[in-house]
Amino acid sequence: MKQALRLENVHKSFGRVEVLRGIDLDVAEHEVVCLIGASGSGKSTLLRCVNLIEPIDEGRIVVAGEEITARGVDVNRVRRRIGIVFQAFNLFPHMSVLANVTLAPRKALRLPRARAEEEADALLARFGLADKRDEYPDRLSGGQQQRVAIVRALAMRPALLLLDEVTSALDPELVGEVLNVIRELAAEGMTMVIATHEMTFAREIADRVCFLDAGVILEQGPPQELFASPREPRTRQFLQRIIDAGRL
Amino acid sequence: MLIVVSSPGWPEVRESFFYGPEFRESLPDIASAFTRNVRLFLIAEVFILVFGLLLAILRSLPGPVFFPLRLLSAAYTDVFRGIPTILLIFLLGFGAPALDLQGVPNSPFFWGVVTLVLVYSAYVAEVYRAGIESVHPSQEAAARSLGLNRAQALRYVVVPQAVRRVVPPLLNDFIGLQKDTALVALIGPVEAFRQSQIEVAGAFNYTPYVATAAIFLALTIPMTRFTDWLIARNRRRELARA
Repeated sequence: MKQALRLENVHKSFGRVEVLRGIDLDVAEHEVVCLIGASGSGKSTLLRCVNLIEPIDEGRIVVAGEEITARGVDVNRVRRRIGIVFQAFNLFPHMSVLANVTLAPRKALRLPRARAEEEADALLARFGLADKRDEYPDRLSGGQQQRVAIVRALAMRPALLLLDEVTSALDPELVGEVLNVIRELAAEGMTMVIATHEMTFAREIADRVCFLDAGVILEQGPPQELFASPREPRTRQFLQRIIDAGRL
Repeated sequence: MLIVVSSPGWPEVRESFFYGPEFRESLPDIASAFTRNVRLFLIAEVFILVFGLLLAILRSLPGPVFFPLRLLSAAYTDVFRGIPTILLIFLLGFGAPALDLQGVPNSPFFWGVVTLVLVYSAYVAEVYRAGIESVHPSQEAAARSLGLNRAQALRYVVVPQAVRRVVPPLLNDFIGLQKDTALVALIGPVEAFRQSQIEVAGAFNYTPYVATAAIFLALTIPMTRFTDWLIARNRRRELARA
């Protein structure tokens, strides 16, 4: 299987707090990897480092054979191939849904407007958002906004999609529609790294689950293994808390 | 109001400041001189809005590479906000033409516009900067994560949101600018205030000053109301969103 993403000994500190303390991770093409772990364990930071939003302090990150953390790499070109969707959607509030989706294809990929809009319309239609194309983000529900954010990332035709707790800011009844979109993407073979608190969902969709604890990947494996018989005491403890909270 | 009207000197003041016939006679001349004020602030405002935005963007560039530009922009706003406008009008109005620069106009009107642009772009730059800083960093992060470069993120995502938020304070500065066009009279151009001085001198009556004030108010009060309306509308929208 071809390798989509590789992290080698990635370290990242904010001031004196070391958030990532040596992350090694391989993701194959078409693989779906879920990152689980307590808040502050470094899941989000890891994703932000892969998208080069945060520069890493040590180690290297390789995407499809190219070291993106090397000196002199054009970060804009790298980011065009790596989509990221945030917990807080971060849609552009001053633009319609269509403008949100077509901005980057038009300006970063230099697609003609007609072509960009055609592709955006097709994507919006696929995810049940065709009638929202001319709405502004604040007129949409949280679930619709997050679906638009996913479409916006997909419009760049990324080779790799990073999802950072994309359902954490949603009302419970809106979580389902967003998870359905992710299921669909997984089914068609999109390579994804997903930071999530939705354990049931992680168990269902992930090819592999990584448990992050204090800035390292403490344990990883197929979901049925990791959830059913975790080896590490810290993993067991974490999963027990989730079960106690009725979330698994 | 009552104190003014019941004061012992009121009848005399009324004669010299609020004399109906003089008001009616001076108003047309002053109003036609006022078109020069309008030209002053309209021309100046265009440059102020562009130049102020440029200064604010320079000031907001991150990283050590842009430190000199940030410093330059900060120094500019410090200097031109710190000098009284009237002083700068004298300095430029009388000093700059004396330089006899090739290809640079010597007219006081030109130097009046230059002064107003220098002073007000410093104020307006600070307004824009507050706007730019009020846009949450996650907006820029979202734009950059899609592969837009920094300039594109600024142009399409950050600045449009920033400008929308600062329209009311920008209008406030615009009102200030309209009034300060009267200061340009001091280096020569016959605008409304200068015209009223001429009328006062000819009629031995101060009513033309009041007429000038009335003309300024006829412009600035609607502007102020409009600004208030915009602020209230923005507030309603913010509340509706929350």
